[in-house]
Amino acid sequence: MGALMLDRRALVRQLLIDRGDLLVVSGLGSATYDVAAAGDHPLNFYLWGAMGGTAMIGLGLALAQPQRRVAVFTGDGDMLMGIGSLATIGVKQPKNLAIVVLDNAHYGETGMQPSATQSGVDLVAIARACRFRQARAISRIEDTADVRTLLHSGEGPLLISAGISSEDVPRVLPLRDGHAIKDRFIAALNGGGAEPAQPN
Amino acid sequence: MHTTADIQTTWPDAIYAHFRRVAIRQVGYVPDAGHSRLIELCQADPNIADVVLTTEEEGVGLVTGAALGGQRAALLMQSSGIGNCINMFSLVRNCGFPCVVLVTMRGEFGEFNPWQVPMGSITDKVLRLSGFLTYRVENAEDVDDIVGAGCDMAFDGNLAVAILLSQRLIGRKQWVR
Repeated sequence: MGALMLDRRALVRQLLIDRGDLLVVSGLGSATYDVAAAGDHPLNFYLWGAMGGTAMIGLGLALAQPQRRVAVFTGDGDMLMGIGSLATIGVKQPKNLAIVVLDNAHYGETGMQPSATQSGVDLVAIARACRFRQARAISRIEDTADVRTLLHSGEGPLLISAGISSEDVPRVLPLRDGHAIKDRFIAALNGGGAEPAQPN
Repeated sequence: MHTTADIQTTWPDAIYAHFRRVAIRQVGYVPDAGHSRLIELCQADPNIADVVLTTEEEGVGLVTGAALGGQRAALLMQSSGIGNCINMFSLVRNCGFPCVVLVTMRGEFGEFNPWQVPMGSITDKVLRLSGFLTYRVENAEDVDDIVGAGCDMAFDGNLAVAILLSQRLIGRKQWVR
């Protein structure tokens, strides 16, 4: 963690500007609020639970939609809980999957208890060891443009660990109804039609 | 046409045939002796992405992502793996995703390892509490019918269906090699 910490809202907003046809999965808690704050979008799949599962939803989606980019935004706590999924993703090598870990080294939802990354556990090194094509840490706002390019066009699987400030920010609460989030996502992926996806 | 003797060893082929019929495109699994033949059939199929999981709950995420992306997926695991999935099953129930899980049972008929019994003896109850319909297969002759019906219910109705393949069907694990 560098001395200069990124503003999580500003970072996520900049990474999602002009997102094109990017598919987004956000992990429970602050990552979901950050993605919502950047602008609600039908191609956002917001998680409000299922802690540890965010990256794997990204993998299933990336395998199903190999022509689209899939971006997972999640926190260090969720990524640590699903740490084995980095190995699973490393085996499948999805070129279209990117994971952004918003790492404040704390469990924000539960009262800011320290996470393992605060003790120096290194998610970037773990991702590299799991055969991620690219993995890097950022902590300076000047790097945002580079990271945006990486996120939208770099060959995956890739992981970006963003050292963010642990400062509390107002919650931005998107849809909570799981059926509604799912149905809206699937309809948007099918071009806005109401019909459910046919197996391809 | 299978003979009775064939069916005792080729029931995984009947499951695979239904995977083809209903267009399963992703299969998540933790390696398992009871599922080994089915896993090999899936691995050999270029239309199926086989995903080896480090723990079974990853598979619930996989199924979710696949469904969001318009693909059908299935999970293969032992009864012990159901215990690992409980919280992640909230994805399936909360969002109404179709989910097919094929569970090879341990901790029942002729189990040599008592450590398998605690989870094996509650697997069916845990699945039901988690919102799954459960169907149990005792005889190889019934695999085709029950797996076919389970797949149809799951994918036609966005339901969660678990099919429990009994330890008697799979065969006792040999303790001494």
